[in-house]
Amino acid sequence: MLYTKKYTPWLYILPAIFLLFFFLVYPSINTIYISFFNYNSEIWVGIKNYIYCFTNEIMLNSFKNNALWVILFVPLTVFLGLIIAILVDRVRYEALVKSIIFMPMAISFVGAGVIWKFVYAYRPASSAQTGILNALRAALQLEPLPWLIIRPWLNNFCLIVVGVWIWTGFCMVILSASYKGIPRELLEAARVDGASEFKVFWRIILPLMEPTLAVVATTMTINVLKVFDIVYVMTNGNYNTEVIANRMYKEMFIFRNYGRASAIAVILLVLIIPMIVINIQRFREQEGMR
Amino acid sequence: MKKLEPLFTSLPLHLIIILIAFIWILPSVGLLITSFRSSAEVASSGWWSIFQHPFNFTCFTLENYHQVIIRIGIGRAFLNTLFITIPSTVIPIAIASLAAYAFAWMDFPGRRFLFVILVGLLVVPLQMTMIPILRVFNKLGLAGTFPGIWLAHTGYGLPLIIYLLYNFISSLPSELFDASSIDGAGHFQVFTKLVLPLSLPALASVTIFQFLWIWNDLLVALVYLGGTPDVAPMTVRISALVGSYGQDWELLTAAAFVSMVLPLILFLSLQRYFVKGILAGAVKG
Repeated sequence: MLYTKKYTPWLYILPAIFLLFFFLVYPSINTIYISFFNYNSEIWVGIKNYIYCFTNEIMLNSFKNNALWVILFVPLTVFLGLIIAILVDRVRYEALVKSIIFMPMAISFVGAGVIWKFVYAYRPASSAQTGILNALRAALQLEPLPWLIIRPWLNNFCLIVVGVWIWTGFCMVILSASYKGIPRELLEAARVDGASEFKVFWRIILPLMEPTLAVVATTMTINVLKVFDIVYVMTNGNYNTEVIANRMYKEMFIFRNYGRASAIAVILLVLIIPMIVINIQRFREQEGMR
Repeated sequence: MKKLEPLFTSLPLHLIIILIAFIWILPSVGLLITSFRSSAEVASSGWWSIFQHPFNFTCFTLENYHQVIIRIGIGRAFLNTLFITIPSTVIPIAIASLAAYAFAWMDFPGRRFLFVILVGLLVVPLQMTMIPILRVFNKLGLAGTFPGIWLAHTGYGLPLIIYLLYNFISSLPSELFDASSIDGAGHFQVFTKLVLPLSLPALASVTIFQFLWIWNDLLVALVYLGGTPDVAPMTVRISALVGSYGQDWELLTAAAFVSMVLPLILFLSLQRYFVKGILAGAVKG
């Protein structure tokens, strides 16, 4: 180690510490505080904002939808990412396919929202369908569907599909790296011993990849609890598609109710805290930090 | 082993993979084609109908791009996005690299404690911070200004950037620092002459990440900049267009494609660094 004067480290970290404090630590504490006040933070209202969050119908619906996102989005992205990672490992055009699956990660959720709104485009049965899904239905002699309006399952599912389209590439990249880390001899040995591909997958690949799968699933869960852009662009929470983050944005900017908006933000944090704990534990395990 | 597999057993595999890739790319192809079709055609037939006359190039037009960029102002929004993104990428990386170096190679009281807090901050939802910051910004006149959003993106980006750079810088061999110590070099020299050049791959990864993150950001821009055309980035303008031009798909798709061009070029040319960044952030994390 180099000789270090007492004040030198602080010269290096103070700019970062200052910004982190001003933009993350202080505002978070302040948000908790103002969540106990009325809309303009002047009158103390106790837990009234929280009671509102857990009794208001739209809020309850948002929780339900976020839960639906977690239940469908997380397994779908992780599972598809895993399957694709394992499948493409066996073909020579692996890089090309991976690029295609991964590409949506590079574009904005807003762009993805436009892309998929067009896929779901709906026109009355009398006119030509320009959205590809309804054109497929028309080709099969089926009535066109207003995909983003049919509540509560179809439209939420359609939004989740957009999320899956975006994030599967992310899961695939991480899981692919982990899969390639499994010694090939191990898999070959099992196959030589007569294990079916299915068995190799369940008994060898899955257990070995479990830590990585857990990391990816945690990351996806955090993502999905904060989901905002897709819903904001595609339905703005109408037709029973509201989610927590969009609700928070509306309370903050449309209704100007800072008390309620803060309470929603705190609830969002509380939902994510288990993930923070897992993150810190993982960090501690990773290295005893020299 | 691979080569010995007869075609008929590997055929289903190929079909499945190609089907998945096809489904994945299809929506984007529809966007790209639609953005070059005239409004009359977009309204009367699906984008796939162009494949009935694949060599009829007369049905393509640049009119939508002209409309979107000049009249609707996506050109201006493109410049705004660029003007938001570049400082919001450079500033946090400069500040974070200093901090990451100190966390990795200096000993000071509270180092471990501060670092654990930093890891915790990684997952604090931005929603937790917006109202207090907005109030301070309003008082300081920073709301709706570029410097305001540069600062916000800097603060928000720091935890992850410090964390990723720390992972890389702390794994540099310690002999490097012993040798420098004998040569009488100070920390600042080691940092600028040794650590930064050696960290170029990691710096490239986080730069691409932060750049794309800011370029594609909607929420932070909505909150701190708002929708006024002289500051609003493309994401904010396009999400507003979805409401006001809901059925004019030729315009929406052209606008969306303008916003995707640069990320796609970056992604295709620098995919390697992008992937490395993801792996460093997720697997090590």
